[in-house]
Amino acid sequence: MGMTMAEKIIAAAAGVSEVKPGDIHTVELDRLMSNDGTTHLTIDMYNKLKNPHIADVNKLVWIVDHNVPCDSVKTAASHKKMRDFAKANGIKFYEGAGVCHQVMMENHVTAGELIFGADSHTCAYGAVGAFGTGVGCTDYLYAMVTGKSWLLVPETLRFNLTGKLPEGVYARDLILTIIGQIGANGANYAAMEFGGEGLKTLDMSSRIAMCNLCVEAGAKTALMEVDQITLDYLKEHGREPKHSFKSDDDAKFAKVYDIDLSTIKPIVAKPHFVDSVVDAKECVGTHIDEAFLGSCNNGRIEDLRAGAAVIKGKKVHPLVRFLVVPASAAVYKQALKEGLLQIFMDAGAIVMNPNCSVCWGSCQGVIGENEVLISTGTRNFKGRAGHKDSFVYLASAATVTASAIKGEIATADMV
Amino acid sequence: MGATIIEKIIRNNTGKDVKPGDIVTVNVDRVMIHDIFIPFVASKFEEMGFQKLWDPDKVVLIYDHLVPASQVDDTRHFRVGNEFVEKYGMKNIHRADGICHQLMTEAGYVKPGNIVFGTDSHTTTYGCVGAFSSGIGYTEMASILGTGTMWVRVPETIRVNITGTLPKNVMAKDIILKLIGDLGADGATYKALEFAGDTVENMSVASRMSMSNMAIEAGAKCALFTPDEKTAEYCEMTLTDKERDLVGDSDANYCQVINYKAEDFVPVMACPSNVDNVKPISELAGKEIDQVFIGSCTNGRLEDLMAAAEVLKGKKVAPFVKLIVTPASRKIYTQAMENGTMEILAEAGAIITHPSCGLCCGRTGGILTDGEVVVATNNRNFLGRMGTSKVGIYLASPKSAAACAVAGKIVVPE
Amino acid sequence: MEKFSGKIWVLGDDIDTDIIIPTEYLALKTVNDMAPYAFSPLRPELAGQIKEGDIIVAGKNFGCGSSREQAPEIIKALGVKCVIAKSFARIFFRNSINNGLLLIENAQLRDVVSEGDQVTVTLNQSIEHNGNQYEIAALPQNLMDIINAGGLVKAMRKLNGLD
Repeated sequence: MGMTMAEKIIAAAAGVSEVKPGDIHTVELDRLMSNDGTTHLTIDMYNKLKNPHIADVNKLVWIVDHNVPCDSVKTAASHKKMRDFAKANGIKFYEGAGVCHQVMMENHVTAGELIFGADSHTCAYGAVGAFGTGVGCTDYLYAMVTGKSWLLVPETLRFNLTGKLPEGVYARDLILTIIGQIGANGANYAAMEFGGEGLKTLDMSSRIAMCNLCVEAGAKTALMEVDQITLDYLKEHGREPKHSFKSDDDAKFAKVYDIDLSTIKPIVAKPHFVDSVVDAKECVGTHIDEAFLGSCNNGRIEDLRAGAAVIKGKKVHPLVRFLVVPASAAVYKQALKEGLLQIFMDAGAIVMNPNCSVCWGSCQGVIGENEVLISTGTRNFKGRAGHKDSFVYLASAATVTASAIKGEIATADMV
Repeated sequence: MGATIIEKIIRNNTGKDVKPGDIVTVNVDRVMIHDIFIPFVASKFEEMGFQKLWDPDKVVLIYDHLVPASQVDDTRHFRVGNEFVEKYGMKNIHRADGICHQLMTEAGYVKPGNIVFGTDSHTTTYGCVGAFSSGIGYTEMASILGTGTMWVRVPETIRVNITGTLPKNVMAKDIILKLIGDLGADGATYKALEFAGDTVENMSVASRMSMSNMAIEAGAKCALFTPDEKTAEYCEMTLTDKERDLVGDSDANYCQVINYKAEDFVPVMACPSNVDNVKPISELAGKEIDQVFIGSCTNGRLEDLMAAAEVLKGKKVAPFVKLIVTPASRKIYTQAMENGTMEILAEAGAIITHPSCGLCCGRTGGILTDGEVVVATNNRNFLGRMGTSKVGIYLASPKSAAACAVAGKIVVPE
Repeated sequence: MEKFSGKIWVLGDDIDTDIIIPTEYLALKTVNDMAPYAFSPLRPELAGQIKEGDIIVAGKNFGCGSSREQAPEIIKALGVKCVIAKSFARIFFRNSINNGLLLIENAQLRDVVSEGDQVTVTLNQSIEHNGNQYEIAALPQNLMDIINAGGLVKAMRKLNGLD
């Protein structure tokens, strides 16, 4: 019986020749990412252990990204705890280098790895064919101490992509369309696997955007077939694949979807659910107070280029706060070199340092009572971006930028 | 009998000869309101029963302390501000362009000889172009908005003469810190400071700005520099004879005269937790630090970023130390991108934030916790200003701050 | 001449506006929301202890720092009758007068009192403590005008023919 990509990675990590959905296996983890959202809690639990130790410190990567620069005495204390622990134990540590998942993609993740991250969007790592999944801090602590964990083998939903996205339509429109189609729990506990000829038309940035958002359909992980684009990306970042897995022809999928990329349109996910997806045209004219271009989902150089192309020579609407937040220091530097930051600054945007920003809703850029945000972030849950009575619409970088110019939701062809 | 600069400005404004201690009513040339106080100004203004602004073009509203909003209620200040602008027909509003004090001169709102009030204590900054500017509260601002006038007590003047060439590792910030240390935190209370001598004549307007900005830390009402060709160039104007005459006369009456030789200055820091607790850096060297902040209306200008970049070029910020850079305005940010400064700072590992007050006002931008130490280029190191009351804040020049960021500890800049 | 007595709280030199009310609380909606955080960097418990009619006695340069008018407003909201200090910072002084918070300059008192003592103030004349009299200067007429009007807002309402 053939295996899917997810099954192959788990089998390799468990040291067995075959696994099937529903099996529970003890697996050896390749990497353990944690950020300032929860690491201080992990440290507190670690310090209460009888014999605290770290199985393999080289597997750990800790990243301060949610509240950068620090915005309160409370977070200052948790950052200090994290920094001091990392320093004392020799843990790879980043602060201010960008959003954790982007930093991981740029510096650590490779094909075939099994990675736990103490953050739900860890599934982003599937873009290079790694099994990344989000865990809580108790699971994280166990893995940190033992180097291992247990894993329920998920069923796999297969998405066969054909065709090519039309001009002005982005991977973000595609994945939100898919989430709208299968629903916010459409992939609960399952792996979402993407392949087919259409995948070859999607660059690495698009792939990261897609895998990153799969948790919004409930997925345990997301995986993309390893191809030349993957290998080129890894090579460019100085890494080799661990395994270049591909699902077998006779692998068993729980469900197979065929998606023709050429049919995808610019969309908007309306408040307060990621699967409330509608044609962007339906939301045109909706008043906005703030627009956000950034996040681990859509703050890469390709996204900034898309936004800059829309806004070049134009101005942000005077009553709109347009936050532009590169996803990492590397993206920031690249955008600086390409003149993109200049374009945004000239237009009146608020260009921020790489961090999670308003996507996380607890650092700079929060919105107030009854305010409306259009965002390239990951979530539009009620209260996510600030006041409990506020509204978040999700859209692509191009749509968000066009809306920032108009002061109301608009698509790029309207500005 | 000659006059000091402040006496001349008040005389020109009121048409009367004045002497220190006189209480006079002046006509206000420009006012500045910032985001934190606009809701209070608006409500006091209406409570006072005014129907319209005395002159909408003379009023400038600037959002800077709360940009971008770090708490959900912050956006209320923007809403109230926007409504006020709309209701009273204001045109001069900046919603995300940088720090108020930078914008007031940079955007041309303040000219030599003007009398300007702002709802922020560092309004003394505009003395850099020879304007009498001072901070007031929101109630007083509301009354100016209605009347266009304000009563002032003509201050006595302390004259500070500085002559000679500054050592290479000394910046204007070191001079003003030294002066505040010598005068004490209340040494110039109710008084005007007046700077003169070839050292300040050779200084850029940006450097003068750092000095006039911090005058309030010695309690000063204002801090004045004589407008010159540099001022004219900065303000994009030609000086009139009246403006050129804003110089302290040799027979003017000064309550105190302080003379410094530029060669005697050394890099200094203001130590926790008073601005007048000033020591040479050589006495502090070796102290480990956690963070460096380069920014604020005191030291977030292009020349400050360039001075930091000169130190940081080809180097990296020390491990586990954060360097936060917050340019003072959108224009400065843009200029720093154009001349390659930003690239140097970014390559060194700096966290470059959007132009705003940032950490200086202590609401966000790099808050610290117990036991942490920060070297910062801003104007205040008060207890609890940047986090808990157990944070040690050392104020320094951008050059010194950058050197500390690389070393991970307090060092004397080379 | 107005005369009043009160229990005193004693503070040091250079009590800055960030101590009186830290910036992080400045965006709270009302002065009453902010009042519990008064003096928190220095003495977090103090705001809860001050009672109506109490008097603050401090050293030099009281109120130095920012222009935040919440500083005198909060002190007034806590019920403080007046602040007696060796000297006051300029902006704080104006803000206090404009809000009707009485400030009294006296160079000696701070060095002879202990927290919890009683003092009696005779306005524009003297302070009495432990049987000793300390002279105080009278305020200039233009400031007394604002105080007599009940603060600057009321003075302006009068100007606009509202009261």
